[in-house]
This record gives sequence, structure tokens and C-alpha cells, in this order.
Amino acid sequence: MELNLEPNIADPDGFYDELLAVHQGLSKEDSDALNARLILILANHVGDRDVLTAALQAAQR
Amino acid sequence: MVDVRYDIAFQLYPYAPVAAQTMPAQRHPVVIVGGGPIGMALALDLGRKGTQVLVLDDHDGVGQGSRAICFAKRTLEIANRLGAGQRMIDKGVVWNVGKVFHGDDRVFQFNLQPEDGHRCPAFINLQQPYFEKFLVDEIRVAQDEGAPIEIRGRNAVTALDQRDDHVLLDVDTPDGPYQIEAEWLIACDGARSPVRDMMGLNFDGRVFEDNFLIADVKMTADFPTERWFWFEPPFKDAGQSALLHKQPDDIWRIDFQLGWDIDREKELREENVRARVDAMLGEGAEYELEWTSIYTFQCRRMQEFRHDRVIFAGDSAHQVSPFGARGANSGVQDADNLAWKLDFVIRGLAPEALLDSYSEERVHGADENILNSTRATDFLTPKSEISKVFRNAVLELAQDHAFARPLVNSGRLSVPCVYDGLSLNGPDMLDGPERTRVGAPAVDAKLGQTYLLDRLPGGFTLLSIDAPAPEIDEVDGVPLTHLGLTARGNPFLKERYLGETEGAVYLIRPDQHVVSRWPEASAEDVASAMRIALGKGV
Repeated sequence: MELNLEPNIADPDGFYDELLAVHQGLSKEDSDALNARLILILANHVGDRDVLTAALQAAQR
Repeated sequence: MVDVRYDIAFQLYPYAPVAAQTMPAQRHPVVIVGGGPIGMALALDLGRKGTQVLVLDDHDGVGQGSRAICFAKRTLEIANRLGAGQRMIDKGVVWNVGKVFHGDDRVFQFNLQPEDGHRCPAFINLQQPYFEKFLVDEIRVAQDEGAPIEIRGRNAVTALDQRDDHVLLDVDTPDGPYQIEAEWLIACDGARSPVRDMMGLNFDGRVFEDNFLIADVKMTADFPTERWFWFEPPFKDAGQSALLHKQPDDIWRIDFQLGWDIDREKELREENVRARVDAMLGEGAEYELEWTSIYTFQCRRMQEFRHDRVIFAGDSAHQVSPFGARGANSGVQDADNLAWKLDFVIRGLAPEALLDSYSEERVHGADENILNSTRATDFLTPKSEISKVFRNAVLELAQDHAFARPLVNSGRLSVPCVYDGLSLNGPDMLDGPERTRVGAPAVDAKLGQTYLLDRLPGGFTLLSIDAPAPEIDEVDGVPLTHLGLTARGNPFLKERYLGETEGAVYLIRPDQHVVSRWPEASAEDVASAMRIALGKGV
């Protein structure tokens, strides 16, 4: 499997809204913790080691 | 003068003058410097093979203090091969369950419950002095049976000079100095190895800026026999992490991670140690302090473990953090790897190049251990703000979700090293189980009333399982023992050695690692693989 960098989320505005909403009212510290949990949950869902490495590289730019 | 650097738990080899001290330098095939667990395991292995070996130790017995406490299955299998394993298992505390806490919360628990059909448990806890004493006791048994092993206590090596065909040693004793010639010198003299220093060899690596306080306490508590580990412990002044683990004789190992900037002397004062232990065990807990120590550690290894006629084994060659019990356990694998090679080279049955494979294989092992223990240390002590955020996210998620539990790293416990892709490996022609692939140590399996590893006592073995045994009994003077078995009615053998195949022939080294395996093998196949395993090339 290859890392998908093409549009893949059905409802982009709705997703973005939801992402911001879970951070609403959180301190910087709590937001950072939430982001870390989210990354770990998504990474586990992806699972594929090569895709994860490609994603880490894509995030590094 | 021979300095006394530490107190003795068991005086096992008191100083006794020998005639050699008043004679010109005597030649010995093997001199081992350092009578710790690695030196003694090596001496016992060589002596049992009939190779003359002299151990020099600058003390007269086993040092005080529990130090290494966690001995892994592979170590016990090696000790069994040497005849000392059963006493260790009988004395040791067998444990399987570990619990991990974060503050007051229990994150999860794990169970190392080993699968059936193995003689040895996954781990035992046993104070290092017992481990060493049982080896020395077995050396005494071997000596009575004629094994040419000699131990000289309070003999300190003070200088050495590598000559063409030997190493000249200056040795100090309570009666003054004398000289010894060693054809092979094995430095098992610990992390601060004086031999390494005398040779001016590098020992670079990563320093971890942390201090760990060990308190071994004696108490009759009804805590279960489990490994309890806390990240950010909830009790007062416990530091970044803490560990509670049971040893024999009602001794409990308690570990506190104190950080870098501490006053060692102050923290080691009894009242300060007690304050921490009280906070952990609860006010009013009754216990005696058996042994306390503060340690720091590095992860590092020598570039090469062989330097001509001087060979390094154990902590003198490599050092890791204690998380994962990879120090003493890997050192015993060093001894296991070196003994048979040295024995064959001394007997003229293998070229000296075989000893380079010791360095190659054990450097590979050391790198694996350093990698694992460095990763555990980075998880225990996050080095940046964001690494701590991720670490705590893992711990939080692990309470609710199974997926995060494999990410929790309080030490990856020692597993035997597999020599994948290294020089002594022969061909792997069998589509067999991965765990018994070429380079791996043979996996134990129950055979009726005995166990497979007990049937691989220290030479080359040709194991045929439901396959014809090739007709070959020796290769270039090295004997080969046959072991023919059937996997019919033995699910352990089938699962561990055959998998989906009908039959197999395994060539196994004296240290029980697999050289080669085939569905069927000819005598030529076996001879060719044996020569590779003897360091004679392809």
C-alpha cells in the first residue's frame, strides 16, 4: 500500500470543523496531549509500517 | 599489594600461594581475568571440554550486593548445559506477571507465561552472588572429575604485553608480583575493565544523565511475585519511575529513578533511603535494608571484541542500561559463544579466524541489546517536552485500548540473539519454522521424560527428525553426534522444527545455534556446512 496524498475525506469542511471542535477550550498542554493520542490512534489504524514511514516523511516536508 | 574494592558475599577462592610465583613465567593456554559470572561460566565450559584454564580474580570470592537479579531462559539453558542450571532454578523466584502503573492508575498487566514443553522458565530472579556461587560450586565438581580448571584468588593483573604467540602478564598478589604467559587472554573484568585500560582501547557510547537508587529490602510481605513498575510513581520523592520485584530469601528489589543532579552521599544515607521506601510500602512497613547502591549507566561497546590474543567478554566489551536484563544475560551468551571456538582453535581443529566470528556474532548481539535498552531508556526518561507528551499519551491510551500496550516500554526483556546473515551460517534449505532458522539457538522441546536441549550437550550435533541421517561421523577431525527423533506424537517438535514439512535434518553447533537445515541432507552437504561453522570459509 502507498501513502494516499490525494483527497480522501468525503466531507472535508465537516472533518476540519470537528477537528477544531475537540480542541475547543483546551489549554495548550491538553491540546498537545489530545493531538498525541490522536496521532497514535490513527497510526495504529493505518498499521502498515511503510505507509507510516512515508507519512512521517511527508509531515517533515 | 592487591586492593580490596568491595565486600565479599561468599569467600570461594581464598588466596593460596602457588609454586609458579617463585618460578619463571609459566605458559597457560587460556587465562581468564575476572571471576564474575562470565569468567566462571567460560572457565567451566572450557574445563569440561578438557581445555586447561586459569582464572585470576583480584578478590577471593563473590562480591556483596544483588546486582544482576533477572536471569533469562537462554541463560538458564546455558547453565543447564554446564551443569549449574537446576540449582539456580530451584533457588530462584519464577515470575510471569508484570504490572505497569502510571501514577495511581494501573495501565495494564502482562503475562510472560511461557509455552509448554520447555525445561526452563521464561525468567527467574536470583541475586548475582548465588548465580556466581553455583557456577563456582559446579567448577569444584568438575575439578573433582578431572576438569583442568584452576582459580587463583587475590591475583590482580597489573600489566600486559602482547607477544607473537602469547601475552605476558604481570600479576600482583599479597606475596608480591610474578609473571604468567597466556596463549589466550580473556578479559571478563567488568565495565571498568583494567585490561581494556591497559591496552588503551576505546569504550565510547552514550551516557544517560540519570541516577538510580537500588534498595534491596528484607521483609515478609504478602505482595504477589510480580514485577511492578511505575511511571511517575505516586509516592513521595520516588522520582521518575520505580520498580518493585521479588528475589529469593524474602528480599525485594526496589529501584527509584532519581534524576541527574543529586547528592549521592546524601541520598544513600539510611534515613533518606528509608523515607523513600516508607513512602512506597506505607508507614509502619517493617523491613531491613539489605543492600543499597546508586548507579548511573552508559550504553556502549568496544569496536571489536578480539584484539589478537586478547578477547573481551561481558561488561568489559559492552554495557547497556539495566532495563531489559540484558547485561549479565548477554555476557553469558558471550561465554557460550566463545568457549567452543577457543577450544577448537587451541586443539588445532579450527583456524584462528574462528575467533573473529566470536567478535562478529557478539557485536551483533551487543548492538541489538544496546538498541533495545536505549529505546527503553528513552521511553522511561523522555528527553524533550514532546517526547514526554507522546510517552504519557501512550500510557493513557494503554489503560483503555489494547493497541497502545505494545508501545509501553519499561524494558524489553532479554531474548536470545539470532545470528541472522553472519559468516558462520550454512545454507537454510528448509521451508521450516522461523524460530529455528539458521543462526537461531535451538528451541527446547519436551521429549518424553527428557528435553531436547539436554540432548545437545556441547559438540556438533546432527539432528534428524523423520528424515534419513546422512552417514558422517566427523569432519576434519571434529566429531559429529547423531540424534534421530520422530515428531509423530510430539507436537512440540513438529511445531518448532518441522512446521509444514515432513522431515528435516538440522546441523547444530556446540552452543546449540543452528548452522544449517535441510529437508534431506547428504554427507557432503553436512561436511560443507560444518567447515563454514568452523571458520574455514565456504
